[in-house]
Amino acid sequence: MREVAIIGIGQTKFGELWDLSFREIGIQAGLAAVYDANVASEDIEALYVGNMSAGRFIEQEHVAALIADYSGIARDNIPATRVEAAGASGAVAIRQGYFDVASGLHDIVVVGGAEKMTDVPDAQGAAIQDSAADQQWECTFGATFPALHAMIAQRYMHDYDVPREHIASVSVKNHKHGALNPKAQFQKEIKLETVLRSALVAEPLRMFDCAPLSDGGAAVVMCSMDKARKYTDSPVKILASSQSSDTLALHHRSTITSFGATKAAMRKLTKRTGVDVSQIDLAEVHDNYTISELLALEDIGFFPAGQAGKATVDGQTQIGGRVAVNTSGGLKARGDPIGATGVAQIVELVTQLRGEAGKRQVSNAKYGLAQSVGGTGSTVVMHLLGVA
Amino acid sequence: MEVGIVSYGAYIPRYRIAPKEIGRVWGSDGEAMGKNLMIFSKSVPSPDEDVITISVAAARNMLKRCDIDPKDIGALYVGSESHPYAVKPTGSIVAEAIEAAPEITVADFEFACKAGTAAIQTCMGLVGSGMVKYGVAIGADTSQGAPGDALEYSASAGGAAFLIGSEKIIATLNCTYSYTTDTPDFWRRDGQPYPSHGGRFTGEPAYFKHMTACALGTMKKAGTKPTDYQYAIFHQPNGKFPSRLAKQLGFTEDQIKTGLLTPYIGNTYSGAVPLGLSAVLDEAKPGDRIFAVAYGSGAGCDGFDITVTNEITKLRREDAPSIKFMMENNKFIDYATYARYRGKIKMKEGGE
Repeated sequence: MREVAIIGIGQTKFGELWDLSFREIGIQAGLAAVYDANVASEDIEALYVGNMSAGRFIEQEHVAALIADYSGIARDNIPATRVEAAGASGAVAIRQGYFDVASGLHDIVVVGGAEKMTDVPDAQGAAIQDSAADQQWECTFGATFPALHAMIAQRYMHDYDVPREHIASVSVKNHKHGALNPKAQFQKEIKLETVLRSALVAEPLRMFDCAPLSDGGAAVVMCSMDKARKYTDSPVKILASSQSSDTLALHHRSTITSFGATKAAMRKLTKRTGVDVSQIDLAEVHDNYTISELLALEDIGFFPAGQAGKATVDGQTQIGGRVAVNTSGGLKARGDPIGATGVAQIVELVTQLRGEAGKRQVSNAKYGLAQSVGGTGSTVVMHLLGVA
Repeated sequence: MEVGIVSYGAYIPRYRIAPKEIGRVWGSDGEAMGKNLMIFSKSVPSPDEDVITISVAAARNMLKRCDIDPKDIGALYVGSESHPYAVKPTGSIVAEAIEAAPEITVADFEFACKAGTAAIQTCMGLVGSGMVKYGVAIGADTSQGAPGDALEYSASAGGAAFLIGSEKIIATLNCTYSYTTDTPDFWRRDGQPYPSHGGRFTGEPAYFKHMTACALGTMKKAGTKPTDYQYAIFHQPNGKFPSRLAKQLGFTEDQIKTGLLTPYIGNTYSGAVPLGLSAVLDEAKPGDRIFAVAYGSGAGCDGFDITVTNEITKLRREDAPSIKFMMENNKFIDYATYARYRGKIKMKEGGE
């Protein structure tokens, strides 16, 4: 296996991008990454596109061919592949690009992720998100994606005697970080009361516990490490990539207050890199709901079970804390255009490890971790990045 | 030729329902919903009221205030998105009712919530060119909101009529400016009982984009700035949108409060800006300058720069009910009565 570097990153603003179509979003993000990498289009040997549900959001399948076509790289007849794993679509696409370069098959690969979620009515958008869960055995019987996470939250609060405020504080912290990110959907700090008083979604989760519906795209350019310095002075290395699965339906698990797939993916990552969790400076985790971030932090091993909420309240997960979590604002504040999310996490880590994060810069960041989740922990993808 | 408003009249149905009462039936926090939309009550038409009766009442109130011969009215246009007939005009009934028929051109207008102001613009052209002596422009609606939908908290009824002419003008229409794009934020297909809407798409890319562009365009054309106006009326689907827009544009709460009726009578659609303008004319003094921008989904805006003249002191404003009177002369009803009045109860054929 060859060492793989990220030499270019790009991202659109996340939010309600009423004036941009899916293809424009994809092209904007891709071109930004290509310009950043300083590569010529004929240097690009493959394209992967993370996308969850363009078929249902914009009635367009075959989106990898679409992006390749409209970004102009189709004329070089390179392979363009769409990757789908619900919320982890972008992260799995990153993993595919990593395999291509690490295996020696290709030297330069572009990985993008995009979703256009606001062209359908809100209720339809929510229903499409539900399809990340088990349609036959969960959704048909009335469960929705937020309801499943609400059950996780209820059980978590019960088992660990965690106050509701601890869960809500995740949203406050992520909005605080999002306020420092010019690409974030919500660049505004909020108070704890705002979360607690927002509209009820599924007890105990309220609107401000949930990531929004977003439009957006993100992209990276990967290159074999031995050639990376030809293009950039600050390549960021992908130290390892791991992926794990679990049951699709939540009710088939022995516990719902922990995602076994996150634990398994983290074990693989630690084994492959030898980097201990205590050495990690920052992490982008999948906070599609506030409770999800707490589970992630505990399953990764940053905090003992039931303690991540308290740690959040104590400021241990904010910039300058023990580990800076979701410096981009996370899914909650940066936004969650599903297919783009896993790629945007990598964009944030690279920005931080290059030392280009401005006001939200984590000082002396050497190791950055990304955790992306599809469904209720059914697919978990993790990447560990480091300064080259 | 100077063209302006010679007289005006309005009508608001008496019945009201509160968001809390609507929410009670649908199991939602109606009070919070109302607070969020800045709507405390909305008007409800009684079973025998529709756009025709509202238009007739408004036009008659308009004529009560002045001494013109209805036969001098050469054009009459009714703008609405709830004309009782799909084919057969509302306007011909109104023209007969105010004795302006038969030598008159009549048509019904539709442009979501701004058809009434489009009618004002058409009359400005006809009067200004000398084609007619007077034109009547009416904006009225008995708007539809599907049971349980967010629209049900705001969709209400009411309308206002304006006599446009070039003599004895109480308010000069200095200039008008329109801004239109193909933006499908809200629609109702033929035969559908209730409209569909694009949720949050109706906000930024629809209402705010068009209203802002039209307001700025109107002020540019008129050579004015917000501080030049005593009053401003903005289309008001709820109380929140026009308040936020006014602030963004640099208008004060004092400037918009007289013409902001939606918090008390709901969204009267085509009647909204016409009723707001009527409320302003009820209290305006000579020399007052009025700014008005109407919005219609689909989407477009009509902006107006208006100056009140000395003639307003001679208009018998007291001869027809004021907006304030019609707003205060109300009766609150429960949801069951509302459902019956709005025809939401499935009846036996031929039953009422």
